[in-house]
Amino acid sequence: MSVLLYLVPAALSLGLLGLVAFLWSLRSGQYDDIEGAAVRVLSDDDLHEAAHERPDRNALTGEPRA
Amino acid sequence: MGAQALSLPATASLPATPVAQDYSLFLRRDPAGQAEMAFAVEGIDCAACIDEIEDGCEALPGIARARLNYTTHRLTIGWEAKAEPAPARVLEALAKAGYRAYPFEADRLEEIDNSTSRHLLRCLGVAGFAAMNIMLLSVSVWSGNVTDITPETRDFFHWLSALIALPAAAYAGQPFFQSALRALKARSLNMDVPITLGVLLALSVSVFETLHHAEHAYFDSAVMLLFFLLAGRYLDHAMRRRTRAEAGNLAALKAVTANRIEPDGRLVTVPAAAVKPGDEVMLRAGERAPVDGIVLSGTAAVDESLVTGETLPRSLSVGATVHAGSLIHDGVLRLKTVAAGEDTFLDEIERLLDKASTARGRYIRLADRAARLYAPMVHTTALLALFGWLIAGASLHQAVLIAVAVLIITCPCALALAVPAVQVVAAGTLMRAGMLLHSGDTFERLAEIDTVAFDKTGTLTLPEPSLSDAGDVPAPLLAAAARLALASTHPLARAIAAAHPDARPLDTVREVPGAGVEAEIDGVTARLGSPAFCGCEALAAERAALSPEASLVAVRLGEACAVLDIRQALRRDARAVIDDLRVAGLKVVLLSGDRRAAVAAVAGELGVTDWWAQMRPGDKIAVLESLDAKGHGVLMVGDGINDAPSLASAHVSLSPISAADVTRAQADAVFLGEKLAPVAIALKVARRARHLMRQNLMIAVVYNLIAVPLAVAGYVTPLVAALAMSGSSVIVTLNALRARQGGFAAGEKEAA
Repeated sequence: MSVLLYLVPAALSLGLLGLVAFLWSLRSGQYDDIEGAAVRVLSDDDLHEAAHERPDRNALTGEPRA
Repeated sequence: MGAQALSLPATASLPATPVAQDYSLFLRRDPAGQAEMAFAVEGIDCAACIDEIEDGCEALPGIARARLNYTTHRLTIGWEAKAEPAPARVLEALAKAGYRAYPFEADRLEEIDNSTSRHLLRCLGVAGFAAMNIMLLSVSVWSGNVTDITPETRDFFHWLSALIALPAAAYAGQPFFQSALRALKARSLNMDVPITLGVLLALSVSVFETLHHAEHAYFDSAVMLLFFLLAGRYLDHAMRRRTRAEAGNLAALKAVTANRIEPDGRLVTVPAAAVKPGDEVMLRAGERAPVDGIVLSGTAAVDESLVTGETLPRSLSVGATVHAGSLIHDGVLRLKTVAAGEDTFLDEIERLLDKASTARGRYIRLADRAARLYAPMVHTTALLALFGWLIAGASLHQAVLIAVAVLIITCPCALALAVPAVQVVAAGTLMRAGMLLHSGDTFERLAEIDTVAFDKTGTLTLPEPSLSDAGDVPAPLLAAAARLALASTHPLARAIAAAHPDARPLDTVREVPGAGVEAEIDGVTARLGSPAFCGCEALAAERAALSPEASLVAVRLGEACAVLDIRQALRRDARAVIDDLRVAGLKVVLLSGDRRAAVAAVAGELGVTDWWAQMRPGDKIAVLESLDAKGHGVLMVGDGINDAPSLASAHVSLSPISAADVTRAQADAVFLGEKLAPVAIALKVARRARHLMRQNLMIAVVYNLIAVPLAVAGYVTPLVAALAMSGSSVIVTLNALRARQGGFAAGEKEAA
């Protein structure tokens, strides 16, 4: 049964890792806006890098982007 | 005299628009000098809105970051340390993109709620982690017990379980331990006392058993118990937090601003909360008074329908008192503030409100009633089991083990989840139907009513007056009236302009103070104003005899002339909703502060036979009390300041979003939009929710009827406890989800 000496600590530390990850995500505010997180995944913010380089106009102000 | 012929005001006499806006009240600065401000934003309904708002705001000069919370519809703007914060520019940019935004200040209660909610979530996480890992060890022990586990390995696993369970329970059990301690200090019992006792006893017995190399330990039961109870507690809290956030947003969206006259004579727009007694405030036509005040100069006709329910305007001059919520029809007033903010009550209303609120406090929630019965029963059963087994000749050790098993198995997992799970699901359904709740027990109280009392003005009718005979007026006359009306800020003029949205404003409009407006349209003289001004008194008198409750405005285009009938029209679905309520077996009554003739007309149109007119706030309460004395549960729906006390004293109350601030604060729920349908939907959802809550409580009772005898008989091993607890909790949660199904059906039927 000496294999338990490895397996039990391994199982526990994996669980603990999950707990730490949860507490970290809670602390960093990831549960503050759950509905927002669900829709933000659909936004095209990865295309904005390109948009910033073009002389595009700002959607809100109508002014050229900085 | 029946109808009143109102004249339109002269816009020429309006003072200059305010030169500055002062939002400093809402700005917060961190130690590094960075300024931050929160806004409640209206009109967010898609993912694209998030990007549009955040990117747009971040592109403004001086702004370091913009973050929109999609759940609460709040935008937080942080300015760079060097930059001078310019909230007005943010509001302007948002307005240009089509979002209405309002400066927002989170109240302290909401912040406390948020931190409690996080604490519960942390406890839930810890309990979940511990429950999973201990279960891993427990399952090994259980399967080992029927096969070939060595006593050493079993002890090792039990010690490991203890190592996880003890610190986890010490942390995750805090919410219960603290609450139980508070209850005991106050010499009372709440649900948390048996929970705390059960968890502590289970843990100490388990440690004792482990020390004596026993076969069973209850570490998994204790921690799993905490996990399920915390889940229920978190749901309950999430519900309250959400409703509070909604209420906060409402307060911000409806926040009134005041035009304050500074000592140096400048006119500055400030939030009404910043106005102090003694400040001078300017009020112009079309504005609502933000404070209670005394008129220093000027005269005006004032519509006090939100304050008293009376729809006929009152003329005010120097020395008269203006109440917060009054709408200025014409003229300009300079006020000296007497009372501002929360003190802006009529004395009578305040007194009645205090009395009504204390009476309301007696209501006990379904879950609390269950808990009150539960705690003593659990303790008695456990004690009886202990002594019963001792008398029957069992050892003290055996008897204690059985008593602890009883405490664990009766711990109210299903009970703790039964009510909050239904509430959260049902509140979500109502939110989609356009109704925002202020408290979770609204459902229970809504389901208990058999009578609905409506206020007339602003509740059954739309809050803004509208043109009722647009179809009967010749098109060219209506078009001319609408174009002329665009030049005036008079509330009646707004109603005319709204009836013909395509109208273009005229270039030159001449104002005739106290009479109306006049202009040339295609070479023809057109006039809008009092019947005398337009020369059609005869026509007006005829109409006045027919409809005494309407406000009449005349329009003349060349030789043609017409009288426009402006009144507070019924909400479009009022008749249908009231019929629905009657079909559902509810009695409908009408309580109004307005004149008899006006109330009788509305009551006749809706087929309501029980109606009271010219009711003072105290009279309304008296009617509600007499209904209550006859054993009726009354739902009061109202919007005026005069309704606030009756909303507070009714069994349960609703108000439209357009209601006065005081009134909205008293209502248990607020409905959005121009329809009355949410009232009927709320009743349906509430009845279904109560049905499910009761069903869930019944499930919990049945579970106990089966589990308790087993525990008393000594058959409950940790394995049986684990199965029973998780099984009942899952069943109750799944049952709660059915509140959503029923609600959807109700909502869709109304929408169709």
